[in-house]
Amino acid sequence: MANENAQNQDKSRPESPGRRNALKTLATVPVLGALAYGVYKKQQYSRQMRDVSDVFPLSKEKTSIPELNPDGKTIRIGIIGCGIRGKQLLRAAGFATPQSLQDLIDGEKADKKDTRYQMFREQESLNIAITGVCDIFDSFAEEGIAAGANIYREGLNGKYGAAPKRYRHYQEMLAADDVDAVIIAAPDHWHGTMAMDAARAGKHVYCEKPATWTVPETYMLRDTIKQTGVVFQLGHQGRQVDSYHKAKEIIDKGLLGPITLIEVCTNRNDPNGAWVYEIKPDSNPQTIDWKQFEGNPDRIAEYMDYMTKNNLLRYVGPDDRGKFSLERFFRWRCWWDYSTGLSGDLLTHEYDAINQLLDVGIPHSATSSGGVYFFKDGRTVPDVLQTTFEFPDKNMTMLYSATLASNRNRGKVIMGHDASMEVGDTLTVKIDSQSSRYWDKMVEGKIKPDVPFYTYVPGKSDVDAITSATELYFAQRGLLYSYIGGKRYDTTFLHIREWLECIRDRSRQPSCNINAAFEEAITAHMGTRAYLEGRTKYWDKDREEIV
Amino acid sequence: MNRIKNYSFFQTFWLVILRMLVGWHFLYEGVSKMLNHGWSAYPYLMDSGGFMAEFFRSIAANPVMLTVVNYINIYGLTLVGLGLILGCFASMASVGGILFLAMYYLSHPPFIGADYLMPTEGSYLWIDKNLIEAAVLFVLICFPTSRIIGFDRYIFRKKIKDK
Repeated sequence: MANENAQNQDKSRPESPGRRNALKTLATVPVLGALAYGVYKKQQYSRQMRDVSDVFPLSKEKTSIPELNPDGKTIRIGIIGCGIRGKQLLRAAGFATPQSLQDLIDGEKADKKDTRYQMFREQESLNIAITGVCDIFDSFAEEGIAAGANIYREGLNGKYGAAPKRYRHYQEMLAADDVDAVIIAAPDHWHGTMAMDAARAGKHVYCEKPATWTVPETYMLRDTIKQTGVVFQLGHQGRQVDSYHKAKEIIDKGLLGPITLIEVCTNRNDPNGAWVYEIKPDSNPQTIDWKQFEGNPDRIAEYMDYMTKNNLLRYVGPDDRGKFSLERFFRWRCWWDYSTGLSGDLLTHEYDAINQLLDVGIPHSATSSGGVYFFKDGRTVPDVLQTTFEFPDKNMTMLYSATLASNRNRGKVIMGHDASMEVGDTLTVKIDSQSSRYWDKMVEGKIKPDVPFYTYVPGKSDVDAITSATELYFAQRGLLYSYIGGKRYDTTFLHIREWLECIRDRSRQPSCNINAAFEEAITAHMGTRAYLEGRTKYWDKDREEIV
Repeated sequence: MNRIKNYSFFQTFWLVILRMLVGWHFLYEGVSKMLNHGWSAYPYLMDSGGFMAEFFRSIAANPVMLTVVNYINIYGLTLVGLGLILGCFASMASVGGILFLAMYYLSHPPFIGADYLMPTEGSYLWIDKNLIEAAVLFVLICFPTSRIIGFDRYIFRKKIKDK
């Protein structure tokens, strides 16, 4: 309107008030034009500068979690071992002790931001029932029973379901008809034996890592699982980490170039992280079945045989196996008599992640060093450990470096000729300044080397986009999109869920199946033996033997 | 309205320039968020500090609220920018802008001991650029120019005539 008026009046008088009015009304419109032009140029520039799809092509694929089989039958679970990890596994499966939930409820009351109870309540039900609980310590067993009965996910004084049956010996539970599958969270020296016995009894197995305690049982476990055909999942929940799928795509597409070195680490700095767990007040020879804790005689024989033959008796004990000890019962990870040390407990997580990403298999050799340098509490397993694994077939070394007395954060870093990638809950790729693949783009100024070039943040909608500086800043501090598709998932929950779905649909294979478990166990044993014997250990591929 | 008539040429000129600058800033903040498809206020809200941090984090934690806040930011900033540049309901746009800036200031107050992940390009104590920009908008409300240069000249023309 103003325009028309202006034009009409313009014909009669060149400097009419109408024209001046119109001009003054519209005077600032060109500013919008300037801004539009600026935005257009900027977009064009970023498209051009960020167009690296020819050298860094990535799919838009996102990890999705398939729906739970709607017609799946209820699976009846028995749990062996209700200590720290056992209770964590039960909770991930949807069964938490009323006391632990009461703590969350109280936490929520004290702090509205604390939504852990709400999140737990909203966690999908896996269509399972806990029908059996086995523990050789009464208090742990009672906690397991309370968790198993807590089907409505309530705190103290709530409404509970039927209590699962307590078994004092795992063999009794394996003989029960109302147990379809077992979760094994006993100490390391029992893993293989229990998994084999369960498989022979026709029970499906979810077994905590590491798969085995001795080398001989590793072969037996693989054979038994394959012969019986039960569904076996090893407890490396890292298999479910969303970002690993994108990491695998980046590696498979060769975007890092030839990978020659991988560095993985463990850094902890507190007694709990160093396996100095609480000694429960009500524990004593009456409430603990020590005889059963000692272990399976065949396994102990295999262990002693190796230690004796290799002149390693200084690592055995120092207490007599038959002597009741609360320290050894609760802090068993500190002694080789029950433990697999840093190798079995923590290296295995790192190795399995790399095996998942690169399918490296068993290394050609392992060399280890370390010692008990900080926790001089009588333990025999080292608290500082370095193990170098060689993969000459892959032209690659994997270095594991651990200390239990420093919290300094060191990531999982995969180093290629063209780029390096740090793998965690998020991924960060940095282009190498001497890369061949990205050389031209670096010369053109489209890629800056040695600064984060690509970041994958789970749940972010543009999975293929090169991340902006601000987003990157937040992402690196773990502050970005911690929800996957609006939901936060517990990886252990997903790992158990996958195992259950494979039991319901036998055409599917769990991601950390017996082959992965065999590779994991052998690799860990190589690292351990290299440390104990103080020499490089090799894997004879043809004879399938550690030499 | 007397004051408007009394502006000198340079007073009007610089007030309009000031309006353009602030408008440009708002508009581009809005447009850039619109063009950045994955944009969300989530990390910014989670990074909140000071006495109102809990409030801002609770927005981030609530998916529905977060979506609403994202839309308000994207389109609100754009509208404030357009209003200021075009001089279209400029006072209302200024008030809107002040509300945005107040939220930004309160979510990341530059108090002693405040520590944010979000890197800043300068050094601030109590006063930051959000506060300064909000003050600028107050000045623009007290010294309006949109009825001299801007759509408001047309929109509010009758009132002027009546007076």
